Amino acid sequence: MMNVAAPIRSPDTDIDLWLAQQTEKGLLRFLTCGSVDDGKSTLIGRLLYDSQLILDDQLASLRKESRNRMVGDEGIDFSLLVDGLAAEREQGITIDVAYRFFSTDKRKFIVADTPGHEQYTRNMATGASNADLAIVLIDARKGVLVQTRRHSFILSLIGVKHVVLAINKIDLVGYDPDVFNAIESEYRAFAKDLGFETLVAIPVSALKGDNILMPSPNMGWYRGPQLVPYLETIEVASDRTSKPMRFPVQWVNRPNLDFRGFSGTVASGVVSVGDDVLVAASRKPAKVARIVTMDGDISMAVAGHAVTLVLDREVDISRGDVLSHPGETPEFSNQFQARMVWMSDETAFPGRSYLLKIGAQLVPATITDLKFRTNVNTLEHTSAKTLELNEVGTLTIATDKPIAFDAYASNGLTGAFILIDRISNATLGAGVIDFGLRRAQNLSWQSFDVNRTVRAEMKGQTASIVWFTGLSGSGKSTVANLVEKKLAAEGHHAYILDGDNVRHGLNKDLGFTEEARVENIRRVAEVARLMADAGLIVLVSFISPFRNERRLAREIAGDIPFTEVYVDTPLAVCEARDPKGLYARARRGEIKNFTGIDSPFEPPEHAEMVLHGAVETPEAMAEALYEQVFGRGPGYSI
Amino acid sequence: MTEPKNLSHLKALESESIEIFREVAASFERPVMMYSIGKDSSVLLHLARKAFFPSRIPFPLLHIDTTWKFQEMIEFRDRMATQHGFELLVHTNPEGLAANVNPFDHGSSRYTDIMKTQALRQALNAGKYDAAIGGARRDEEKSRAKERIFSHRNAQHAWDPKNQRPELWRIFNTRLAPGESMRVFPLSNWTELDIWTYIYSEGIEITPLYFARKRPVVERSGTLIMIDDDRFRFEPGETPSDRMVRFRTLGCYPLTGAIPSTASDLPSIIMEMQASRTSEREGRLIDSDSVGSMEKKKQEGYF
Repeated sequence: MMNVAAPIRSPDTDIDLWLAQQTEKGLLRFLTCGSVDDGKSTLIGRLLYDSQLILDDQLASLRKESRNRMVGDEGIDFSLLVDGLAAEREQGITIDVAYRFFSTDKRKFIVADTPGHEQYTRNMATGASNADLAIVLIDARKGVLVQTRRHSFILSLIGVKHVVLAINKIDLVGYDPDVFNAIESEYRAFAKDLGFETLVAIPVSALKGDNILMPSPNMGWYRGPQLVPYLETIEVASDRTSKPMRFPVQWVNRPNLDFRGFSGTVASGVVSVGDDVLVAASRKPAKVARIVTMDGDISMAVAGHAVTLVLDREVDISRGDVLSHPGETPEFSNQFQARMVWMSDETAFPGRSYLLKIGAQLVPATITDLKFRTNVNTLEHTSAKTLELNEVGTLTIATDKPIAFDAYASNGLTGAFILIDRISNATLGAGVIDFGLRRAQNLSWQSFDVNRTVRAEMKGQTASIVWFTGLSGSGKSTVANLVEKKLAAEGHHAYILDGDNVRHGLNKDLGFTEEARVENIRRVAEVARLMADAGLIVLVSFISPFRNERRLAREIAGDIPFTEVYVDTPLAVCEARDPKGLYARARRGEIKNFTGIDSPFEPPEHAEMVLHGAVETPEAMAEALYEQVFGRGPGYSI
Repeated sequence: MTEPKNLSHLKALESESIEIFREVAASFERPVMMYSIGKDSSVLLHLARKAFFPSRIPFPLLHIDTTWKFQEMIEFRDRMATQHGFELLVHTNPEGLAANVNPFDHGSSRYTDIMKTQALRQALNAGKYDAAIGGARRDEEKSRAKERIFSHRNAQHAWDPKNQRPELWRIFNTRLAPGESMRVFPLSNWTELDIWTYIYSEGIEITPLYFARKRPVVERSGTLIMIDDDRFRFEPGETPSDRMVRFRTLGCYPLTGAIPSTASDLPSIIMEMQASRTSEREGRLIDSDSVGSMEKKKQEGYF
């Protein structure tokens, strides 16, 4: 290696010492929020500029972009630094969370700059979920707005405990202390029940730099802290290591038959070699034999550390399992009460089936009861049947199988969850668990009607009836079978009612007279209705030769989606197939009133679908039918 | 027994990244890791090894070779693959190669589109990968500052910045419809300084191109370009001269600017960086085409 002097290094700088200082430095993650135009992006731009993090090439490009815009003395529109997306620059607004990094001599900072527009409240919640502190901005000219309240309430919901109320654009109200005091009092009155541990109000001008780094010469009346020095020193440490140990298993590590480890990140507490641990789901105990990392085995791992645990015995553990110490186990239940921020245009309502992700656990889940919606202005509770975009609701949730969790207030990482749409896979909402519900506590299912839609939603489908009609041997049952298989493969629950299986049981008292045939169809139509009402997709495969019977079946179905499918196979073809030898017997006169021979078949005039059994294969017919009836998935059928 | 304490800043970043790697391995059927041979890729590789130890990295590493990378990069890449025993896939756009697409005749943006963006798309389609891990950091560039850690791509590999999934806490929605894919960025929360201090404290090997040495360069529109092989096209009046330079970022040699520097070891690189007044990507010629050019490239599928 060449011996080159490093002129940048001052002679007394020891790199190891400097690096040690860098890694010792604390990290503060905070977000900025508040209504649109309160100056969030400008404030962050100001922080980056004042901490000398804007580099020469960025400054040059910034000055170029700042022409024709509102600028301060520096000739720069600071908001351009953070409004990174072209769409945002065009519209002059911030639509998504931007993460910014800066550091001072005392601390490193990661800032989430979050959007002010109401329709992007979900992005603000996203920024809050990983923040220790929030700067709530207020435009001194406008005071506390709806969005200020909404954001503050969401901060409280997400559990951000430290708030700085930055009353911005104070220069535009002539640095008037009365304006500042009035806004501070109003905000404190609103926030008193939001559970913030610290709340300090600072009058600032992000554009001009007042009270950012140093006391502003324009506000001799203000005695409080300046923004940056305050951020550098506030104590926010949330003591995750002193909480009960939680180790969610993320990945089973099996390089060979001799090693079986459980990889994951310690969510809270401390795990040490020799500790007794318990699997939350199975209650199976074991001891920690090794804590493995690539840097060598360690004796103990603290909250936040990603490690691999090896246990002293064979225990059946897979992804999603949670390990804890035996005396301090998490809750394990399939029902809990939670508060949620809804983040989708798709309305949330009880009964619909979602996927719930909590830690490494992913399970189907249903909102069982929406208790109330919280008015963000007044914090009042109002009754609600649904939850719309950006609304906050308190609700109960049931999962298909029990999950391990903690109350969010006692353990943030094991008490937070998201709901995912089963069809679009979109993240629909985020929630925090208040407490688990034991079976004895009984959910108030009464508050909504368990109806067909609700039952079908639990299966992720729409209940419906598909009614096959056609001659004996036309291929109705073959096609119905193929369709049922396809539905089952897609995870849907269907059932076939066919002539044979019903006549052997329910209808074994009925013969083949015209009267008996009508009763036969009436009973089958009633059964189909009951099954569809239970949430199933019902495939009915009956000759059903008469138009009147089929009309009756449709009437019995009522508002249940009903598809009549005519399998149109010519008599000659059916008779040539004669799978059960029935045509031959009818021709010999052994069977009376056989459809097509001595009893008429009335072809449908308005069938939703006609299949041609003589020219198409059963597979092609099943495919075509599936495509037409369930084409966009049974969740959307008909 | 020592008293429990909180993790240091770098250890916390390391653990967060490891958690992301494991989530990918557990949630996707065919993940792949983009390996670009630079310092961020070196950190990414180190973290991947840590995430799965003692298992091997359970997915292949993919290098998009434009054929215009620095020779030292290719040597380094192949040595790393042998040393750490990972599966290395290399893809070059065959049509681009046949048409001899190069940075001199086709201009940087067309060349980048064909040899990088399209090549990447070809490789991802051919491998049917449902998750591609990359080394991008949020501190690099403005549009990246807004990207999720698990960033959804439609079947055309395009990013829709206005319709990103909310990403709360450390809960990642990894669900995909057929044909869709995810780009995953385990280094999202790292800064350039974090990368360098981590390389230093972990003793991670990086290519010698990062260290200052006398190299043959020409100065072209204010940028120092190194002559890495005899395919280089000189413009009238250009003659190479040996200068003490190093690279802050690596790519295709005709498009990567060197900086004059005497920093020949890690400590001096870190100190030099601390005093620097230009941002890292300035050396990359593609970013300066137009304001918002990176976002546009990403919507088209560039990493």
